[in-house]
Amino acid sequence: MKKSIVRAIALGMTSLMMVATVAGCSNNDDNNAKLSGKISLAGSTSMEKLCEAMSESFMEKYPDITVTVEYTGSSAGVESLISGSTDIGNASRALKDGEKESGAVENIVAIDGIAVITDKSNSISDLTTEQLVSIYTGTVTNWSELGGADEAIVVLGREAGSGTRGAFEELLEVEDVCKYAQELDSTGGVLAKVASTPGAIGYVSLDVVNDTVKSIALNGVAATKENIVAGKYTLSRPFVMATKGDISAQSDLVKAWFDYINSDEGKNVITSVGLIIPE
Amino acid sequence: MNNKAGMNVAERTAKYIFTICAVFAIMAVCSITAYMIAKGTPAFANVGVLRLLFGTEWKPTAATPAYGIFYIILSSIVGTAMSVLIGVPVGLLTAVFLTEVSGKKLAAIVSPAVELLAAIPSVIYGLLGMMLLNPLMYKLEKIVFAGSKTHQFTGGSNLLSAIIVLAIMILPTVVSVSASSLRAVPASLRAASLALGASKMQTVFKVTIPAAKSGIMTGVVLGIGRALGEAMAINMVAGGAVNLPLPFNSVRFLTTQLVSEMGYAEGTHRDVLFTVGMVLYVFIMAVNLLLLKMRKEKASDE
Repeated sequence: MKKSIVRAIALGMTSLMMVATVAGCSNNDDNNAKLSGKISLAGSTSMEKLCEAMSESFMEKYPDITVTVEYTGSSAGVESLISGSTDIGNASRALKDGEKESGAVENIVAIDGIAVITDKSNSISDLTTEQLVSIYTGTVTNWSELGGADEAIVVLGREAGSGTRGAFEELLEVEDVCKYAQELDSTGGVLAKVASTPGAIGYVSLDVVNDTVKSIALNGVAATKENIVAGKYTLSRPFVMATKGDISAQSDLVKAWFDYINSDEGKNVITSVGLIIPE
Repeated sequence: MNNKAGMNVAERTAKYIFTICAVFAIMAVCSITAYMIAKGTPAFANVGVLRLLFGTEWKPTAATPAYGIFYIILSSIVGTAMSVLIGVPVGLLTAVFLTEVSGKKLAAIVSPAVELLAAIPSVIYGLLGMMLLNPLMYKLEKIVFAGSKTHQFTGGSNLLSAIIVLAIMILPTVVSVSASSLRAVPASLRAASLALGASKMQTVFKVTIPAAKSGIMTGVVLGIGRALGEAMAINMVAGGAVNLPLPFNSVRFLTTQLVSEMGYAEGTHRDVLFTVGMVLYVFIMAVNLLLLKMRKEKASDE
C-alpha cells in the first residue's frame, strides 16, 4: 500500500517536471527569469573576488539560479570539472595539455595584470625578469647595480594572503623567498609609499597605476592593457573558467552564465574588480 | 497610597534597568574573553605552542607554512617599552612644568595644547608619521648604514619611527594623570621642604614627585596600555615586515599583524591570527589588572 503511494507521488512529480521542462524550453527565449537551478564552480582562490562579484550580480538578474563557488585551487578545480563534480573549473593559469586532452575547454573570462612601479625620480625604466627576481630576493640592493643612480632599493610588497602578492610571486616563481622591506596591506598603501620613498619599488594591479609613480617595462614590454591582451607582458595571467566540452554543449544554465559574463553587465563586473577583458 | 505604589514601580524599574546595564558590561567582558580563548587556542594544537610563540619564521602562505610569532611579540614589547621610556620622562617633566614651574599664563597655553594632543585621532598621527617622520628616518638610515651591503633599506618605515609616534601618542595620558596627582600633593609638604632650606628643584624631585608617585605610576601604566593597543598609527609608519625589532628594521606589532592580514587569511593562518589577538588581549589584561591593583593600593593608602 505504502509503496504504491510513493510510486504514485513519484510518477506525478516526474510528469509535472516534464511538463515544466517542456514549458521552460518553449518559453526560454522570452523570459530569462524562468531559468532555475544550480551552477557550481570550483577552483582558483585568486579568482575569489571575481567569482563573488560575478555570481552576486548574476543571481540578482536570475534570482532562481543559485551559483556556488568553491575555492580549492586551480588544479583541483579543473580536476573536479573533468571528474564531473562541478559545472565549471576555475583556473588562474592557462590549461595544461593534459587537462585539455581530458576534455576541459579553456574559456578565458578575464586577465589579471600586475604593474611594477617605482618612484618618479628613478632613472630606470626597463627591467628584465631576472633583474626583478634578484631585486625581490635581495641579491641586488642598489639601483646602481642595474645601471641606475646610487640609491638603495626599498623593496615594497603586499601582506601574506594578498591575491596580488600571490600572483606576483607565482608568476616570477619567487614564492616565499621574497625579502620585503615593507609589507603593506593595501594597494593604495603601496602606491603612496612608492611615490613618497626614493628608490622604492613595488607592485600593484595594473588598473590602479597613476601618474604619482613610474610604471616599469618588463623585458622591454610596457605594462599596458594592449600588451597584456596580446600576451607579450610577463606579469599577467589568464582567469579561465573551464568547461567540459565547448560552451555550446553546456546546459542552459551554464550558457546563461557565460552569456552574462560576455554581456556589458558582466564586463562591468570584470573591470570593477580590476581585471582586463580579453579580446 | 496610589502615588506611593507608582513611586515604587518607578524605583523598581530604575533598579532593574541599572542592573541590566551593569550585567551587560560584565557579559561583554566575559564573552569577549571566552571568545578570544575559544578562537585563539585551536592554533596551539595545530602548530604547537613553542613553534607558535617562539618560532621566528612567519610564512603563513608558503608551501610548508611557518607560523612563528616571536618577533611580532618582541616588537610589541620593545616598541611599547621604548616609547614609554621616551614618553614618560618627557610627560612627567611637562607635568612638573605645568604644576610647579610655569606661571598661570603659560600653563593656560600648554595645558590645553597637551589635552588637544589626546584628541587627535591616531590615523592623523600615522599620516604625519608617514609623510614627515619616515622621510626623515630614511635620511638618517642612509647616513647610519652608508655603504652597508647587508642592511636592507626600509625607506624610513621602521621600529624607530613607530617608537617616536607612540611616545608622542602616550604623552597626553602621562601628562594629565601626572599633573593631577602632582596638584594633589598637599601644599604643606612643599612648604615644609622649602622651610628646611631645600631649593625649588630639590623640593620637586625629592618631595613632590615621590609624594605623587602612585598617581604618576598610574599614568605610566595607562600609557603602556595605549601604546600596546595602538594599531592604526603604527601600521602606517612601522613597515610591516616581520623582523627582529632593531631600530632600523621594518617591524610588525601584534596589533598591526591583525589589521594587515585578517582580510584574506584562511584556515590555520586565520587561527594563528586569532592567537595573536589572544596574546595581545592577555598583555592588555595584565596591564589593566596591574592598574586595578595599583588603584586599590592607592585607595587603601589614603
